[in-house]
Amino acid sequence: MTTTDSSTTPRAPKGKRRIGDVVFGNTARGSGILILAILAGVAAFLIIQSFDALSANTANFLTTTEWDANTDADEEPAFGVAALAFGTVLAAALALVIATPIAVGIALFIAYYAPRRLASLLGYIVDLLAAIPSVVYGLWGIGYLVQELTPFYQWLSDYLGWIPLFAGPISTTGRTMMSAGIVLAVMILPIITAISRDVFLQVPRGHREAALALGATRWEMIRMAVLPFGRPGVIGGAMLGLGRALGETMAVAMILSPALIISPHLLQSGNQTIAAHIALQYPEATGHGVSALIAAGLVLFAITLVVNMAARYVVARRKEFSE
Amino acid sequence: MAKRIDVSGLNVYYGDFLAVEDVSMTIEPRAVTAFIGSSGCGKSTFLRTLNRMHEVAPNARVDGKVMLDDLDIYAPEVDPVAVRREIGMVFQQPNPFPTMSIYDNVIAGSKLNNQRMSKSNADDIVERALRDANLWDEVKDRLAKPGSGLSGGQQQRLCIARAVAVQPEVLLMDEPCSALDPISTLAIEDLIASLKENYTICIVTHNMQQAARVSDQTAFFNLAGTGQPGRLIEMGETNKIFTKPDKKETENYITGRFG
Repeated sequence: MTTTDSSTTPRAPKGKRRIGDVVFGNTARGSGILILAILAGVAAFLIIQSFDALSANTANFLTTTEWDANTDADEEPAFGVAALAFGTVLAAALALVIATPIAVGIALFIAYYAPRRLASLLGYIVDLLAAIPSVVYGLWGIGYLVQELTPFYQWLSDYLGWIPLFAGPISTTGRTMMSAGIVLAVMILPIITAISRDVFLQVPRGHREAALALGATRWEMIRMAVLPFGRPGVIGGAMLGLGRALGETMAVAMILSPALIISPHLLQSGNQTIAAHIALQYPEATGHGVSALIAAGLVLFAITLVVNMAARYVVARRKEFSE
Repeated sequence: MAKRIDVSGLNVYYGDFLAVEDVSMTIEPRAVTAFIGSSGCGKSTFLRTLNRMHEVAPNARVDGKVMLDDLDIYAPEVDPVAVRREIGMVFQQPNPFPTMSIYDNVIAGSKLNNQRMSKSNADDIVERALRDANLWDEVKDRLAKPGSGLSGGQQQRLCIARAVAVQPEVLLMDEPCSALDPISTLAIEDLIASLKENYTICIVTHNMQQAARVSDQTAFFNLAGTGQPGRLIEMGETNKIFTKPDKKETENYITGRFG
């Protein structure tokens, strides 16, 4: 119900301006603008602060693997982000490859297989996993997991060593990319599971019953009705997990025995991620060091942005079929 | 194709709650049997026991006997999945798979039975099912488009095509027209009339004119009171049920002097 003034000129009816609506509308608008301002602010900070080191850099920043940035004012710094970017993407991809199938399995079990009580208990436990601080994951990883995994790594390299990923000789400490990837996988498992479970539970009953009425078994019902409907949600959850894995610092810094090389051998020590590198190097950074680390941060920012945009593209691609 | 269904002494439960009590009836092949009755009287619940969809709900169970010709569909060794492949179902809300094309929707059931089907074989099945559902001419040029892009009436006919594509013995329809406009309803009713040449059809409907138009037999369900189980009050030739029913309750319902 809106009251309109009865002037003779025809115009669109105008609602009464209510003070509550105005205040709420402007607050919401302000929040929306704030998030854009923060994003722009961070990007501007990264670009401006990294400029100093990037302009003094004598090596190609994107293709060099060495990191010689802590120079005195009269020396020429030479550093590049290639090894770090490779390590970052490798660790995150590894985590995603390990975590996504397990998360989808847990989510399907919770949504469609587990008895109701077990399902809510399991859901609660998975949420609890997300509450564990990453430094604790790091401690667990280095204090326990790496030792336990070493025999498994030995087995992998004995039998699958012909695949470069698993080539030996394996690191005896277990502080490898594989260990970092596994710990990261555990860390991103809750978010992927929670989001997948939510979308699986939202599959309309009509679609599930349609599949069952055609004579689908439970697995076939899941394949026909649940997975296609839930796919964008699973991808969204995986991308959130990937975002967390890309930026995860503490656990990786504790577990990985770093080396600035580009190595595909997951079971040997080596590689390093951008986030862990920044955390470990920052306290000792001198000269152009800080600015160079900020440049590395800019690259991480860009990678995360690209990953998120790619995810949105994938989700939107088959929109016509998912209404 | 088309088999007789014989129900005897069927009780339907949700947990401890008895929803439908002691139903016995014979559903004739190559005929349309309509289930009528007020909301909540158990007619849809009863329909869903005929292809074992009832037990999909948690704690749902039945006792009694349902025979599909010689097969006791509730016998312990019978797989409900196999029963549902013989007895197809169409739901109240049109529910094509939203992520599938029209073509894939129709072929979905056949793919379950036979994973490796030749392309030409699949094409034949799709065309035949869509022709059976009076939908072929409307969609033949856009088979690769999503089924969710069709109108409500077309979607419901797509669902019927999907159900008949696997050539079931029986087709169950749970208020198939209640979400549709009158024109689409007419199209579905014409379709039911042509499908009964090949299938045993059961239809739940709230629309008594529809029951009178499409069915050969009519079964009237009613509740004794709130919280009481639904019962089959009377079943017989549709003509007879709508002109001179045996029971007073039936007469009250069909003449609208109910409750």
